Amino acid sequence: MTLPEGMPESNSASTAKPAERVFESVVAEPSPVSPTFDELTRQRTKEIIALYPQARSALLPLLHLVQSVENHVSQDGIRYCAEALDLSLAEVTAVVTFYTMYKRTPCGEHLVSVCTNTLCAALGGDDIYARLQERLGTEGRPLGHEETAGEPGSTGSITLEHAECLAACDLAPVLQVNYEYYDNQSVESATELVEALRRGERPAPTRGAPLTDLRTVELEIAGFVDDADVRVAGPSSAIESVRGAQLAADRGWVAPAMPDEPPAMPALPEKK
Amino acid sequence: MSTPPEQATATTRPDPLTPVLTRRWLSPRSWSLSTYEQLEGYSSLRTAFDAHPDQLIQLIKDSGLRGRGGAGFPTGMKWGFIPQDDGSGKGPGAKPKYLVINADEGEPGTCKDIPTMMADPHSLIEGCIVTSYAIRANFCAIYVRGEAVHCIRRLRAAVAEAKARGYLGRDILGTGFDLEIVVHAGAGAYICGEETALLDSLEGRRGQPRLKPPFPATSGLYASPTVVNNVETIASVPAIVTGGSAWFRSMGREKSPGPKIYSVSGHVERPGQYEAPLGITLRELLELAGGMKDGVPLKFWTPGGSSTPLFTAEHLDVPLDFEGAAEAGSMLGTTAVQVFNETVSVPWAVMKWTEFYKHESCGKCTPCREGTYWLVQILERMVHGEGTASDVETMLDVCDNILGRSFCALGDGATSPITSAIKYFRQEFLDLVAEQPAVQRPDQLADAERAQQTIDTELTGASA
Repeated sequence: MTLPEGMPESNSASTAKPAERVFESVVAEPSPVSPTFDELTRQRTKEIIALYPQARSALLPLLHLVQSVENHVSQDGIRYCAEALDLSLAEVTAVVTFYTMYKRTPCGEHLVSVCTNTLCAALGGDDIYARLQERLGTEGRPLGHEETAGEPGSTGSITLEHAECLAACDLAPVLQVNYEYYDNQSVESATELVEALRRGERPAPTRGAPLTDLRTVELEIAGFVDDADVRVAGPSSAIESVRGAQLAADRGWVAPAMPDEPPAMPALPEKK
Repeated sequence: MSTPPEQATATTRPDPLTPVLTRRWLSPRSWSLSTYEQLEGYSSLRTAFDAHPDQLIQLIKDSGLRGRGGAGFPTGMKWGFIPQDDGSGKGPGAKPKYLVINADEGEPGTCKDIPTMMADPHSLIEGCIVTSYAIRANFCAIYVRGEAVHCIRRLRAAVAEAKARGYLGRDILGTGFDLEIVVHAGAGAYICGEETALLDSLEGRRGQPRLKPPFPATSGLYASPTVVNNVETIASVPAIVTGGSAWFRSMGREKSPGPKIYSVSGHVERPGQYEAPLGITLRELLELAGGMKDGVPLKFWTPGGSSTPLFTAEHLDVPLDFEGAAEAGSMLGTTAVQVFNETVSVPWAVMKWTEFYKHESCGKCTPCREGTYWLVQILERMVHGEGTASDVETMLDVCDNILGRSFCALGDGATSPITSAIKYFRQEFLDLVAEQPAVQRPDQLADAERAQQTIDTELTGASA
């Protein structure tokens, strides 16, 4: 077998040398998204990026910030993040589509997430979800996963989803509205809750800050909290959370007493 | 060599419940700095800063503290793996070191870290400061599950308070040690609880696990030496610094010392968080939790989340520590004790869990991505009345092709509920098939063959 002469590139079918090829610039095009994201959002973007040793770490919080502006992550939102972090659209899109909290279609004023993982489901979570689908759907067509009842963004509009374990199993069945906990739910209490939300009311969560809307909470997740004292002070402790601590207090059970002074540190290990 | 710590004179057994991590949870505004400081908060810092970082690592090794996130890896050993600067200015030891807290609590049944971060965020911050000093990190990220928004608020408020008081930032308490803590919100992906997927996610990528080695200890966040520890693990550190390793070892068992938060949920009278010495049994936990709800008997339970093989009423007296759970054929996991009574169908429960794993499989490796997909298909058709007699064997075969062959522990975990459920409740799966109108697979295939032959004949006839 005889190999052709020269370098492999010279055997290419293309007659044009690499330097002669002209690629269209993708950078020159002005961003069509600038107006959506105002000066305040741009300032916040800088603050988030400044928190991290490397800028790309800011992508997840930035996408939460985008959701607080758009109530979902649009193509414009993806482009905004790509520009802010000097990433390609594909890199940002890959991230957006991986995580369940980023919604690709406009959401309601509220996001209702019903835990239907095994333990909650066994205690009634499946029934709650089915009832809410029916209650928020139209005649003969229950509302589907991540679908919205009402005009997205309007007062009383609700996006419904079934969620995986929400890490509140001792308070099962649970649901979240805008990620605030409503514990120990029943079909009746959950129905009353969404009916109140539909009327524009904001019933208080069992654990979490006073109910606002999804966009406000997304802004908080991104790192910007208004009225922090009130938000942080929202209730967190359920009877279940402190059951062990309370039982120990009632029975006088304590951990073994610590020494009065911290004991001496172990000697420095010898260098190998 | 360091001298081994003196063993506490174990003259008395500790009380049934030993609140250490949960001891402040009943206090008003337990999450505030003022309450925390009134209850000896941040008192471990002076002790820690007076010591050499290597002494702290040795202290944690001596205490026997093991990771509370599921795997139970010895914490001090993990810290010791971090390469330190040898003065050459080269190699991984010369790179910055990072501490990353895994607060992405999402394993079904697990609900201990979220109440900890809500009720007592400063204990985690204090632990982060001591740990960062020990491993010589100046940047720490707490990766919190995005849906845990109230924890995120509380932690960020705690970081701000601690910084204002001089516990964080530049030149902490005049020691020359600097530390910044960022509370980073995830975005809803169970896989990010896997430490290398978490690191990828923290770097702004899809949360998919990395091939190991290299391990995070040498090549973690930004390819630098990184310790990844669970919330409960790090929140345990301040008490060990103040109380010493012998005090810590006065609770729990020889190889699994210390207190642990057991999250009891499901069909019990009083579900909740119970902090007990490691090694407590389900029988004892049920007693504390008021017994089975309405007296309906126990059918099955998980010792530490859905990825730990199921237990049954046979296992009421298994000591729930790392060794005890493993010897009985399961794992301690996250001590998420989910209790199910006789009203719950095992195949249904397993189907629900498998749907979860299928949804959360990151898609990177084939055994997990395809395996969980097909397992759900089989389980759903069984539960919906269309199972076949061979389904149980098919599932075991699929599980065999996932376990040990997938990229990370998610795939392995997905097989645990299925294989353990078949081990203890095989007949229930078989009965489910037997009592349903059986789908005659051979007939179906024969029908399909006949249909195909008809089409072929007609086509050939038409073309001839």
